[in-house]
Amino acid sequence: MSLLRAEGVAKRFGATAALDGLDLEIAPGEFFALLGGSGSGKTTLLRLIAGFETPDAGRLLLEGRDLVPLPPHARPVAMMFQSYALFPHLSVFDNVAYGLRRAGVPREERRRRVAEALALVRLEGLERRRPHQLSGGQRQRVALARSLVVRPRLLLLDEPLAALDAGLREATGFELRALQRATGAGFVMVTHDQAEAMALADRIGVLERGRLVQVGPPAAVYERPATRFVAAFLGGANLLAGLVRADGGVDCAEAGCLLRPAAPVGRPAGAPVTLALRPERVRLRSGEAPADAVNAARGTVAEVAFRGELSTALVRLDGGATLRVSRPSAEGAPARGARVTLTWPAEALAVLAD
Amino acid sequence: MRRPDRPPRPARRFRLAPRRLVVLLPAWAWLALFVAAPALVLLGIALGEYDTGVPPFRPPLGPGGAWQGTLANFAAVATDPFYRDGFLRSLLVAFATAALCLLVGYPMALAMARAPEARRTPLLLAVLLPFWTGFLIRVGAWIGLLRDEGWLNGVLRALGVIGEPLPLLYSDLAMYVGMVHAYLPFAVLPLYAALARRDPAVEEAAADLGARPAVVFVTVTLPLSAPGAAAAFLLVFIPAAGEFVIPDLLGPPEAQLVGRMLWGEFFQNRDWPLAAALAVALLAVLILPVRLFQRLEAGR
Repeated sequence: MSLLRAEGVAKRFGATAALDGLDLEIAPGEFFALLGGSGSGKTTLLRLIAGFETPDAGRLLLEGRDLVPLPPHARPVAMMFQSYALFPHLSVFDNVAYGLRRAGVPREERRRRVAEALALVRLEGLERRRPHQLSGGQRQRVALARSLVVRPRLLLLDEPLAALDAGLREATGFELRALQRATGAGFVMVTHDQAEAMALADRIGVLERGRLVQVGPPAAVYERPATRFVAAFLGGANLLAGLVRADGGVDCAEAGCLLRPAAPVGRPAGAPVTLALRPERVRLRSGEAPADAVNAARGTVAEVAFRGELSTALVRLDGGATLRVSRPSAEGAPARGARVTLTWPAEALAVLAD
Repeated sequence: MRRPDRPPRPARRFRLAPRRLVVLLPAWAWLALFVAAPALVLLGIALGEYDTGVPPFRPPLGPGGAWQGTLANFAAVATDPFYRDGFLRSLLVAFATAALCLLVGYPMALAMARAPEARRTPLLLAVLLPFWTGFLIRVGAWIGLLRDEGWLNGVLRALGVIGEPLPLLYSDLAMYVGMVHAYLPFAVLPLYAALARRDPAVEEAAADLGARPAVVFVTVTLPLSAPGAAAAFLLVFIPAAGEFVIPDLLGPPEAQLVGRMLWGEFFQNRDWPLAAALAVALLAVLILPVRLFQRLEAGR
């Protein structure tokens, strides 16, 4: 049985639909990331699951039990707020013990479990501090310990890493992952950071204007984006528009060549289609390809940006399109203005639904 | 030209730039002229001795600066049970008024803070509405409502609930009604400010961790608004301790409060030094809770 099941969940705020008939299933012990831009409805979904908002339509089932009629305090889910929402008047110990007190856990067990939780997030020795005496990273861990100590079936995390320094973010991400495995709780994380979502989650769901446009393991969503939005949101794929040919190829005027994806296009001849092409799947070599080449385009290097381990080149194709090309910096950067040929394997072309 | 041998002047931490001085000077002058100077004059009168004449006292410093003052007025205030009881009763009335204002004002402030953004300003205006009417007129209105031939007794008699008018006016009840009515906005405003500032996510976090709404209120909302409540309490307590008009017009005649005693000593007995000593003593008594509040604030 799935841990959480959302069926046709809808929520409107005035004239805008925050969620528009959303279906979602989360397995026990799964780390799920909801990815979307601002206003995509991702935080609304968390607040609906936690009980701070009531859906206009649809059902939310936790292990088969309908959550909607339950008030927030009666739901076996815990939420970690983006602002952490620690109790400023309570010590770290009392912050973490808050949920256990409400559940009536006896004093001795309470003390033991708070100590365990604080050890889990490596905050031993800070029990007596107040939240304002902690660093951002420490506050984040208190918030995490406070939600984990009540052993929720499902932990909701609203942008858990957004308030941390860039340096702390990766290390904390790994810790989050390890904590999730250690506790076995289901995690639903909301983030606008695609790299964070892909690094942490077992599966990601991409939200666009209140709808889940694609759900799947990070690699699958990344390699085979379903829509232009997903393709652009995850890793900034190149989009190439063309017309389907009778033989299954795609005539792409803006690339100036014939595109032939590995998977069938699934459209009638003459229909317009858009394909996504990841920058790192494109090979760049100097010299000119033959004019009738397949999956090979000619162009001129317009701009080169060094990004550490990778360099990105913008290549203006003879057909008019500009392609982003990423390659290891160690392979050397092409010169600006150089004539180059770009090639890519057929599997790298993903056919988009829109 | 700067002489090279002169070391650069060390930067002073609290250097008063001329521009800052322009801003601060009027404030300082105002405080010196209207707070410090009157307080000193008051203290001077309190140390003087009652005398017939104009003004009706002998100043503590005679001609040529010779000391001729006395502490007798302060001794009288401290030892005479009449004054001591008046002080205690004044503090009690002020305490009860402040507590009542908190009790009545807290739900109002909370409702305002929880109201949708658009409705807050009208509600705030409604709280301030009594200020649009003169203070004395409001007290007078209570007299009209509460006196034996007043509205309340009239309605009750017309309905046949009572035969004889209830002695509503000139009672503790009437005094507290008037006091709470007059001072309520002073309690609601700081409470509202404290409650409007709160982060709703903190209350949501408490609910999320299993706290029912009542528990959220007791464990989170209430403690977090404590500084606002302390401010509200003091803003009522301090002026209420010296209040003269409301107890005089609405309260029982036997209630001797500091404000009334002050008025009596000053205008009826023309004993300016004793009245001044009472005023200074009241000031001294009220400094204590103010200091306590500052401690509380600093400790946060």
